[in-house]
Amino acid sequence: MAKFKKKTKADVNIPTSALPDIIFMLLFFFMVVTVLREQEILVEQKIPQATQLQKIQKKTLISYLYVGKPKNTSLYGTEPRIQANDVLINTSDIVFWVTQEKDKLSEAERDQITISLKADRDVKMGPISDIQFELREADARKLLYASVGRVDL
Amino acid sequence: MPSKRGRMSQEVNAGSMADIAFLLLIFFLVTTTIASDKGILNILPPKQDPNDPPPEVELNERNIFNILINANDQLLIEGDFRTDAVGLSDEIKKFVLNFGRPDEENMALFNSLPASLRGMAEQSPESSDYPGSGGAVVSIKTNRGTSYELYLEVLDQVKKAYFEIYGERVGLTAEQYRQLSGRTAAEAELIDKGKEGIPMAISIAEPDKLGGGD
Repeated sequence: MAKFKKKTKADVNIPTSALPDIIFMLLFFFMVVTVLREQEILVEQKIPQATQLQKIQKKTLISYLYVGKPKNTSLYGTEPRIQANDVLINTSDIVFWVTQEKDKLSEAERDQITISLKADRDVKMGPISDIQFELREADARKLLYASVGRVDL
Repeated sequence: MPSKRGRMSQEVNAGSMADIAFLLLIFFLVTTTIASDKGILNILPPKQDPNDPPPEVELNERNIFNILINANDQLLIEGDFRTDAVGLSDEIKKFVLNFGRPDEENMALFNSLPASLRGMAEQSPESSDYPGSGGAVVSIKTNRGTSYELYLEVLDQVKKAYFEIYGERVGLTAEQYRQLSGRTAAEAELIDKGKEGIPMAISIAEPDKLGGGD
């Protein structure tokens, strides 16, 4: 049937000249949002979920405490431990650690220090309340229970 | 001046540019941890001086919303046994907005509330006296064996109740109210207006040692 001519084949070549630009855009996005991890986390971190999250505006005021079961149980045991910077510390060291963290801030900002408590969801309230007690002693009273958002229906 | 050489092709071969960019992209993808400094904010009470104990504040039982959580993660809310915290925020909202015995200041507060909140406000004499300070207090008491996850869930519900009230007062949803940063004067004013007269009175008691779970 000569009447029905086959359609001309579509051009199969996708123009790829814009590809580098797209990739670069993605690259820049990731470069900007990246925070290179400067410390290794030695404890388990399954951050609990919550809905009423608030964001801290000034990141320089935040110091992190990680609480959870140690990853290396043969070395540190199975009881929840506290990690500050890159070492595991005892509850009694918290006051000293807070003082150190406060020294890093300028004098006007010292009383605004916020402790972000990154605790594993399997931790019990015992260790948490011990930490809270020490933080009160150290006069670092702004505490942020780090948690991730939950979408509830 | 005559050119020394024949002109080279002006085009730089950009074909491998995408590959190089891909390589970098993958590197950053792998190393990225998107920092999220989000969480539930809690202000701890000031430290206790053993020589100067804080003044005992006598609160009427009706002004305290008691939440007890035991080591088995069971809840006792206002004397009722529960196994989960579902619907807790609505009860707290009702408790906070109750005007049992309002004084003059709190009558003015009542009149300043938007109609939707005024509709919720009851005048039950068995519940809290008024939302202002010294009125409604939410008390959370845990045990050392309570799981952190449940504690946070309960605290989350209490915060939700307050944020819903604050948001509604300024015509925002709880979500929008929470996201106010207070950086601009307008936002700071909204935050203050939401909170005004209704302090977030959450008391977190020292946990019991019984049934120690740590």
